[in-house]
Amino acid sequence: MDDRVILRVGAKILTPYILLFALYVQFHGDFGPGGGFQAGVIFAAGFVLYGLIYGLENVREVLPPSVVQFCAAFGVALFAGVGVVTMLLGANFLEYGVLAHDPEHGQHYGILLVELGVLITVFGVMVAIFYSFAGRREFRE
Amino acid sequence: MSILVGISLLALLAVAALALVRLRNLFAVAMMAGIYSLLSASLFVVMDAVDVAFTEAAVGAGISTILMLAAMSLVGHEAKPRTRPAILPLFVVLITGAALVYGTLDVPPYGNADNPVHQHVAPHYIQESGHEIGVPNIVTSVLASYRGYDTMGETAVVFTAAVAVLLLMASGPKRREEEAEPITEEERDG
Repeated sequence: MDDRVILRVGAKILTPYILLFALYVQFHGDFGPGGGFQAGVIFAAGFVLYGLIYGLENVREVLPPSVVQFCAAFGVALFAGVGVVTMLLGANFLEYGVLAHDPEHGQHYGILLVELGVLITVFGVMVAIFYSFAGRREFRE
Repeated sequence: MSILVGISLLALLAVAALALVRLRNLFAVAMMAGIYSLLSASLFVVMDAVDVAFTEAAVGAGISTILMLAAMSLVGHEAKPRTRPAILPLFVVLITGAALVYGTLDVPPYGNADNPVHQHVAPHYIQESGHEIGVPNIVTSVLASYRGYDTMGETAVVFTAAVAVLLLMASGPKRREEEAEPITEEERDG
């Protein structure tokens, strides 16, 4: 795709804004529509766009498959880990109120952490699936 | 006005679904599936379910279309022509559709405040989440806190999907790479 200047330049300009928008969706989820699932997909879309235009090799250099697979597992572990921590602090599984002195602040920390876990897993899963499909095609050709 | 918008969107959904069935070019099918998702998302917006609409637009219309296109690069662009009319699938679809329509006869009227769904835990969420959780978006409170265990299950499902795809897709090429033999035309087809 070396000759498609508009696509290359367009993708380069758009990618950072897509990633930024994903973070906005993530952290604005408390006030409006949004959250970990949507943000994870949008964050993955930024890398998928980069991979489609600049080739799988380049995007794999930026984001190695091992990191992506680690992300997919780490998000679930973070989510469940928050639950284990609240249990160790003497509350029920995923009862965030004990994470801080003020239960309302504890709820905020808990929601922030589990939404981050969802973001990381969804992002990792989407990119991992994209890598495995696109990588197989590259190999066959 | 919202009834008119709803009817137009549902009509467009039906048109998109029929087009999906008729089309044989898989590229067009992938695009049409994306359009179907986007129409569903618009319908969710009309129903004031903006969080669901957002997810549908991002996942259904966005990343699924990309993944379909990526999968299509493996299987080719044209569906195989059908040799005989598919009676059994038509039968199954008609029976399922009839059962669903029969099910809607018992569904309480849409948006009615007396519906069972609005009598159970929803009033508590609406009245108490402001000072129990302190997050303005009640959807986030329910999703991440009241129903946190469900959301953890959903995250685990997403993770399982990745594991399944990696097991299915990644094993083939790696084994071949280890053999380090060039693929012949026969191997590729067989």
